[in-house]
Amino acid sequence: MRFTLNGRAVSFEGSGARRLLDVLREDLGATGTKEGCGEGECGACSVLIDGEVVDSCLVAVGQVEGCHVTTVEGLADGGRLTALQQSFIERGAAQCGICTPGMLLAAHVLLQQNPRPSEGEVRVGLAGNLCRCTGYTKIIDAVLACRT
Amino acid sequence: MIDTTGAVGRPVLRREGGDKVTGRSRYTDDLVVPGAWHGKTIRSTVARGRVRSITYDPAFAWSRVVVVTAQDIPGDNVVQLIRDDQPALAAGEIRHREEPILLLAAPDRDTLTAAERAIHIEYDVAEPILDVDQATETYSTIEISKGDVDAALSGADVVVERTFKVGLQEQLYIEPQGAIAIPEAGGRIKVIGSLQCPYYVHRALKRALALTDEQAVVVQAETGGGFGGKEEYPSIVAIHAALLARKAGRPVRLIYDRHEDLAATTKRHPGVIRHRTGVTRDGTLVAQDIEIVLDGGAYCTLTPVVLSRAAIHAAGPYGCPNVRIRARAVATNTPPNGAFRGFGAPQSLFAAELMVEHVAERLGVSSLDLRRKWMLRLGDTTATGQTLTESVSSELVLDAALKAVPPFQRSNVPGVRRGRGVSLVFHGSGFTGSGEKKLGGKVAVEALQDGTFTILTASTEIGQGTKTIFTQIAAAALGVPLDQVTVGPQDTSLVPDSGPTVASRTAMIVGGLIHEAAVELRDRLAKPRKPKLPLRVDKTYVQPDTIHWDDQTYRGDAYPVYAWAATIADVEVDMLTGEVRVTDLVSAVDCGKAIHPVMAEGQIEGGMLQAVGWATIEEIKMKDGGYQNDRLATYLIPTALDAPRIRTILVENPYSGGPFGAKGIGELPMDGPAPAIIAAIHDATGVWLDEVPATPEKVLAACASR
Repeated sequence: MRFTLNGRAVSFEGSGARRLLDVLREDLGATGTKEGCGEGECGACSVLIDGEVVDSCLVAVGQVEGCHVTTVEGLADGGRLTALQQSFIERGAAQCGICTPGMLLAAHVLLQQNPRPSEGEVRVGLAGNLCRCTGYTKIIDAVLACRT
Repeated sequence: MIDTTGAVGRPVLRREGGDKVTGRSRYTDDLVVPGAWHGKTIRSTVARGRVRSITYDPAFAWSRVVVVTAQDIPGDNVVQLIRDDQPALAAGEIRHREEPILLLAAPDRDTLTAAERAIHIEYDVAEPILDVDQATETYSTIEISKGDVDAALSGADVVVERTFKVGLQEQLYIEPQGAIAIPEAGGRIKVIGSLQCPYYVHRALKRALALTDEQAVVVQAETGGGFGGKEEYPSIVAIHAALLARKAGRPVRLIYDRHEDLAATTKRHPGVIRHRTGVTRDGTLVAQDIEIVLDGGAYCTLTPVVLSRAAIHAAGPYGCPNVRIRARAVATNTPPNGAFRGFGAPQSLFAAELMVEHVAERLGVSSLDLRRKWMLRLGDTTATGQTLTESVSSELVLDAALKAVPPFQRSNVPGVRRGRGVSLVFHGSGFTGSGEKKLGGKVAVEALQDGTFTILTASTEIGQGTKTIFTQIAAAALGVPLDQVTVGPQDTSLVPDSGPTVASRTAMIVGGLIHEAAVELRDRLAKPRKPKLPLRVDKTYVQPDTIHWDDQTYRGDAYPVYAWAATIADVEVDMLTGEVRVTDLVSAVDCGKAIHPVMAEGQIEGGMLQAVGWATIEEIKMKDGGYQNDRLATYLIPTALDAPRIRTILVENPYSGGPFGAKGIGELPMDGPAPAIIAAIHDATGVWLDEVPATPEKVLAACASR
């Protein structure tokens, strides 16, 4: 089966029933996607499938045939950080960093769909991604700083 | 201390920030180790009893996997910590649910699962002790005594008595526990893992696997949160992974999934705290009589040290001439409880702070006024007889917090009530009493030939900013730009034992050592006759001779210094559902000096939200000695939607013994929110809960019984 990972065509041989999370991490080397709970509660394994945020632990790889999958590795363009990534570093939004990839992807989509979100809208947009380090204030401020 | 570089106090970029936002950081499970097998721990399904038999289904081809039992342990079957009571693998007796009995490793997960299904364990079940009142074994008792409490209580005009209950809590670092063990030449075993304290794991590995200092190598991978949960537990994961790797003769990955992590690993100690407080009619505090009982669970772990911190903080940040604190921790048949941010202090300070509220209510005075009357000020003496000689900030933080909040407004929404609560707390920085002296933490700073410098320390980065603040401290002391300083890897074969990354000690104690080493290095490099490079300066902690502590009597200087916080919480209580929403949370925190203000704020805000969780929604329900809600779908922590906009006000009242005046603040933010929230719920509803978590069920029941 084939799909696009971070703009690059990839093919994968094996059971389509395997979790997308495992295929990304173990077969395709995209270890930026993390497993926090394995049951769709924490959002650490968030990826974008055709531009929507999805928990990759709940997706069978067979379901992404022909889709565009984006992981945290696909955010920075040729090594240049996005404004959101830069904002996360500058504003203390990444502490231990384990939720950061999923958080960034959720925030990225949020800003794409709503370039000028209110604080409340940011909170709703990030409610599927758990962070235990920051208390969220610095993450939300980092996203709000990227409003256009 | 002079900082000509401007590195200290500035929000410089997190050293490993670029790696963390691009996915380049390698956490334990991200590491690719060729030929590694997958490991699994087979655990007890009963809370107490004996293993009667283990049956290996002959239909399974056992040659495909490796099985490790207690008989395969080459050293002592002990998880090295305080007491030698906890076996690495149960050797007959079972003391708690999820107790490790067997280990399995297989080349792939399917084989591993098949092997697991082919093992059948039978037990002779005994009646578990699940209630502290029925406990027959005590891990530790502490008595702190000052003045004559009985006389003061009988002479007091008013005596108020209350009992408080605090619940279990899961650390819930988002990266579960995990380790990879790799056998190497010469009988060496390298363990790479998610951990806070490399040398704790190192000692545990040596003991259980009968290894020399050199044969046991522990390396910390990037670690996705700890909060105390990766203080002592990683020793167990590491021993297990190493036992499997040794027997398999190949690397073994032992990575917990969330369910196993929640079900089996340590939690915050639950407890019951009883206060009797005596005051005169004008509100003068004359007596505090306090009893603390903590449930340690099935093995001792760090319980005596947790109890110690609980006892020392139990009187709260208040001065009282007559104090008696009797604390004990007992054994039950629940999974062992252990280190968790705050380490006993959140439990005892919760009770102390609510006691101020109860006394104020009885006297008909404002609890704020009572706090101002009672609180410790410069020159005052604590319950252990410690005279506070510097950096005492009770008044500073209280004033700063009160100034920061808007005027309070009652709710005008039908069925919703609003309330506001305040708390004042202090938290001892560094190890208790003679702890730092016994530990003698070590660091080194090395000048290399290329003009750069390396900090050698076993203190770990677990999100709190260790690597960045150490770099700032060293660069400032050396007088060089930040990018000339790096932190070496947390690898026991390369760095000295700086002590564990716990107890709010990293910035103040280890940061202080790095500062000392860097200053000496700078001076030696400045000598007219240039020394040969590389040049390394080592430092070992020496306790200042102004600190006196008696372990037997619990008298003296319990901590070198205290950090202070005043917290104000606004809540909304839905009177129909009992749901409590924290709508505003402000804390003024005296950290001595914020080496990195943004990271200090971030650590405080995260700690405060963890405390909000403990106070409101994080409830663990027990069933047959195990945790009923041992999945993330049922153990809930606050999301971005549940969280208020947490605000931190940094107050800097420098401490002469800390680098640039810094004190430890890692645990402090866990102390203040819970009592402030319970006081706010009372302000909103008129009912006292006296316990956490204040779940909707408890709020509704309290309101109904009023």
